[in-house]
Amino acid sequence: MTKLLDIQNLSVKFSGKRNVHAINDVSLAMEQGETLALLGESGSGKSVTLKALLGLLPPKRTRIDGSMRVNGTDVLSLRGKALRKYRGGEVSMVFQEPALALDPVYTVGHQIAESVMRHKGLDKANAMSVALDMLDRVRIPSANRRLHSYPHELSGGMRQRVMIALALACRPRLLLADEPTTALDATVQIQILLLLRELQKEFGMGVIFVTHDIGVAVEISERVAVMYAGQIVEEGTTREIINDARHPYTRGLLAANLHDVARGTRLNAIPGAPPALDSAPGACSFAPRCPIALPACRAVLPPVFAPGPRRRVACLRATEPIAAE
Amino acid sequence: MSVTDVIPAADPGGPAQPLITVSGLRKYFPVRGGILGRTQAQVQAVDGVSFAVAEGETLGIVGESGCGKSTTAKLLIGLTERDAGEIVFDGEALGERLSLKDLRRGVQMVFQDSYATLNPRMTIEASVAFGAHVQGLDDPEGRARRLMDRVGLDPARFAHRYPHELSGGQRQRVNIARALAMSPRVVVLDEAVSALDKSVEAQVLNLLSDLRAEFGLTYIFISHDLNVVRYISDRILVMYLGEVVEIAPVDSIWEEQAHPYTRSLFSAMPSMDPDNRTEKPPLAGDPPNPINPPSGCRFHTRCRFASAVCKAAVPKLAGLDRNAAHMVACHLYDPASGHPDAGQGGLA
Amino acid sequence: MALAETSPVAPVQKPQGYWAGVGARLVRDPLTMICLGVVLLLILSAVFAPYLGLPDPYKGSMIARLKPLGTPGHILGTDEQGRDMFARLIYGGRLTLFIGLSPVVLAFFIGGVLGIVAGYVGGFVNTVIMRTVDVFFAFPSVLLAIAISGALGAGIVNSLVSLTIVFIPPIARVAEAVTSGVRALDYIDAARATGASALTVIRVHVIGNVLSPIFVYATSLTSVCMILAAGLSFLGIGVRPPEPEWGLMLNTLRSAIYVNPWLSALPGVMIFVTSLCLNLLSDGLRSAMNVRD
Repeated sequence: MTKLLDIQNLSVKFSGKRNVHAINDVSLAMEQGETLALLGESGSGKSVTLKALLGLLPPKRTRIDGSMRVNGTDVLSLRGKALRKYRGGEVSMVFQEPALALDPVYTVGHQIAESVMRHKGLDKANAMSVALDMLDRVRIPSANRRLHSYPHELSGGMRQRVMIALALACRPRLLLADEPTTALDATVQIQILLLLRELQKEFGMGVIFVTHDIGVAVEISERVAVMYAGQIVEEGTTREIINDARHPYTRGLLAANLHDVARGTRLNAIPGAPPALDSAPGACSFAPRCPIALPACRAVLPPVFAPGPRRRVACLRATEPIAAE
Repeated sequence: MSVTDVIPAADPGGPAQPLITVSGLRKYFPVRGGILGRTQAQVQAVDGVSFAVAEGETLGIVGESGCGKSTTAKLLIGLTERDAGEIVFDGEALGERLSLKDLRRGVQMVFQDSYATLNPRMTIEASVAFGAHVQGLDDPEGRARRLMDRVGLDPARFAHRYPHELSGGQRQRVNIARALAMSPRVVVLDEAVSALDKSVEAQVLNLLSDLRAEFGLTYIFISHDLNVVRYISDRILVMYLGEVVEIAPVDSIWEEQAHPYTRSLFSAMPSMDPDNRTEKPPLAGDPPNPINPPSGCRFHTRCRFASAVCKAAVPKLAGLDRNAAHMVACHLYDPASGHPDAGQGGLA
Repeated sequence: MALAETSPVAPVQKPQGYWAGVGARLVRDPLTMICLGVVLLLILSAVFAPYLGLPDPYKGSMIARLKPLGTPGHILGTDEQGRDMFARLIYGGRLTLFIGLSPVVLAFFIGGVLGIVAGYVGGFVNTVIMRTVDVFFAFPSVLLAIAISGALGAGIVNSLVSLTIVFIPPIARVAEAVTSGVRALDYIDAARATGASALTVIRVHVIGNVLSPIFVYATSLTSVCMILAAGLSFLGIGVRPPEPEWGLMLNTLRSAIYVNPWLSALPGVMIFVTSLCLNLLSDGLRSAMNVRD
C-alpha cells in the first residue's frame, strides 16, 4: 500500500526584506489512517508544513526544495484544476478560527453542499442530504435545523464541528488540523478532540494535528513529531515521546507543561528564545538554549539517531543515559 | 534608592485584615440594538462576586470564556465601572476614602496580549516610565531602567527599542516592569502568560515567583490553564457565567472538587497519559450565553445532579463541613436546600 | 529592597527615533522624493518669486498679446493682455498654493481636534459632534464651497473660510474613526490603569497613534482643495483679476483656446502637476509612516 504521506528533504525559504528559512530539510512519512501530532511552538514551521502540503504558500516569494507525496501524488507538481481537485478532495484542512474560515453570508448547509457538489459532482438535493448526514456525524444536535443556520448563529464549539463536517464531507484521505482547539474552552476542547478521534476511526483517514500543547497531542495522536526551528528534532509514538523523550527540547517542553509540578518549586525553564531563521542552520539550532550542549553541538548539524523503527532523535547526545534532573 | 521604599510604610488596614476585599461586585453590559440604540438585553458578565485576598497571597481565578474573570479584573482596577458592589483596598473603600488614582497606584494589572498593551510608537523605556510620571514618582526613567534590568531586559539594549522589535516573552517582561514601576502591592495578571510559548511561559512564571518574594507582592492570577494556576496560586476561585461557584485552597480543591462544574473543568484537562486517555467528555455542548443565564444555579442546565431546587433557587457560597476554607455554591452541600441528594457528603 | 545596587545601569546609545525612521524610508522611495522635489520647487519659487528677476506679472503689452511658447523674452509666451506667462505662472503659485494649502492646514487642526475628542469621549459628545459634521457632509463639497463663497462674497479670505469649512467634516470623520479604533486598544486601558487623566492619555497615547493617518488623509485633500480653489476663481467667486492665480488664469485664457491652445492649457498643466505630486506624496508618506514593515 502506498504511504499516505512521504515528505523527503523538504526545505521552505521565504525571501523578501528578510529571508526566512522556515523549514530546513524535513523528512516525514505517515501510513494510511495514522494520526500524527506535529508539536512545536510559534515559528517552529509546523503551520508552514501544513500550508506547503496544501500548496497554499505564495509562489513568488517562496522557494521549496525536496518532495512531498500524498498517496503517491507529487504535491509540488500539481497545478490549476488538479490542484483544486486535490485540495478539499484528497486533503482538507480544519483551521484554528472557524469564525474566520466559514463564509458568514452562506448557511452552513450551503457551504458543505457546495464543496460536495464541486468535488463529487452531486446535484444540489443530494449534496444537501450529504451535508445533513455530515452534521449528524459531527454530533450537532437537531442537525436538520442547523443546516439552515448561519455561522454567526452558532457557538464556537458548534462552528468548529461545522468546520470539521465541511472538511470531511468529501472523504479526504488526509485531514490537516491547524490548532483546531486552541481557541476553544477546556470543556469544549476535549469534546472536539474526542470527536476527531471517533471520526478518524469511522472514516479511516490520516490526520496531521498541529498543536503547541503536548497534552492535546497525547489525547489525539498515536505518533508525535516535535518541531523546532523548522526541523523535526524528535519523532516517535506518543508513548515514546511522553515516557522516554530523548531530545533535550522535548524534555524541556514536557517540563514546561507543569503537569503535576509542585507549587512553589522552581521551574526548569528552557532559557532564551527560539533562533531567528534568517540563515539555514549549520549546527544544532537548539544548542544555544540546551542545558547539555557540547562544543560539537555548536559546530555541526546533529546526527539523527534511530533507536527503533520509525523513532528518531536529532541530538548528538541522544544515546547517552539521561542524567537525573 | 529603592523602588519599593517610595511607598510609605503606612498600612492602615493592618496585617490581620485582607489586603483587598470585594463584595457583591456586579456588572451588566447592555446589548443595544435597533435604530434607536435602545438596550435590548443585558450581558450579566459579573453577578454578585465576593472574595478577599490576604497580603502576600496569590488568588487564582479560573473559568471558561464568558465566565466574567476578565471583567472582574477590569472592575478591580476601575477600568470598567461597576454597577454595584464594594471594593475595599487596604481597609479603605473605593469611592469613599480611596480615589481611583490611589487604587491604581496600589493595584496594577498585566494584560494578556503583550503587543496590544504597549503603545507601538513609544519606546520601551517611555512605556515603563509613563505610570511613574503620572503618579509623580521621582526619577521615572531611572526606575524604568532598574525594573527593566530586574525583569531580565538589559536597559542598554532595550530602553530605546519599540514593541514590535521584541519577542512575545520580552514584551510581557516589559508589561510586568511597567506594572511594577508604580510600586503596587497587588498585581492583577489577566491571562498574562497564556499567549506565550510553553518554554517562555515557564521563564515568566519563574520571574513572577521571584518578584512576588522580592517585593512582597499579592497576585490575582487569572488563567484558563489549571496547571499554571495550581503552580502559582495559594487559593483557587472558580467562576461560571459571572458567579463564583467554588473557592478553596489549592491542595484542597486539587484533592476534591466539590462543585460539579469544577469537577468537569478538572476532568477536561488533558490526561498526559497515552495509556489512559480521556474517553468521555465531562460536559456536552458549550457554556450558555451570559445574556440570558439560566435561573437558579446557573450550571443546572448542564449538571448531572440537577434537581428542581437547582432551577428555582440560587445556591449560597458556604464552607464545607470538613473544611470551612473550602467554599462552594451548590445545593448538594446544603441539607436545608431541599435537594434530594443534599447532605450526603457531596458528589457521588 | 534596593534595586540600584544589583543593577548597574549601562549608558544607553539612542537609536533613530520615529521621525528619523520615516525620513529614512522616504529617502529610499524615488517617486516620492521626485514629487517632494517638485512641490518644494513650486513652493520655493512662489515664495521667492520677486527675487528671481522675472518680468512684472501685472505689466501687459497690447502689441505682444498671446505670443506662442518659445518667444524670445517670453519663454512660455504671453497671455491675452501680453503679460509674461512664465512670470504669471510662478507668481500664480503664491496665491494658488496659499489658498490650496492653508484651508487644509486649518481644517486639519479644527477637524482633528473635533474628531479626536468625539472618538475618545464617545457617547453624547460624540453624537453631538458627529451629527453636526454629518449635516455638512450631506452636500457635495464643490456645491458647499460655492454656496458658502457665494454667500460670503468673492475674495481671498472668504474663499479660505469656505474651503476650510468644506474640509473640516471629512477630516473630523477620519479622526473620529481612527481615534475610536485606538481607544478600544489595550494599551489605552493600560495607560488608564496607571491613574492618568483623560487629557494625559490623549496627549501621550492617542495623538501619536492617530496623527499619521489623519495627516496622510489631509495631504491627500490638498490636491482636491487646490482644484476647488482654482474652480472658485474660475467661477469668479475666488480671486479677482488682475491677480495671477492658476484657476483664474485658466478662466481668462479660455477664449484663447482656439488661437493658442498650448498657451491656454499651461495653468491647467500646473494645477494637474501640482495635485498629482501632492497625491503621490501623500501615498509615499502613508507607507513611510508605517512603523511595522
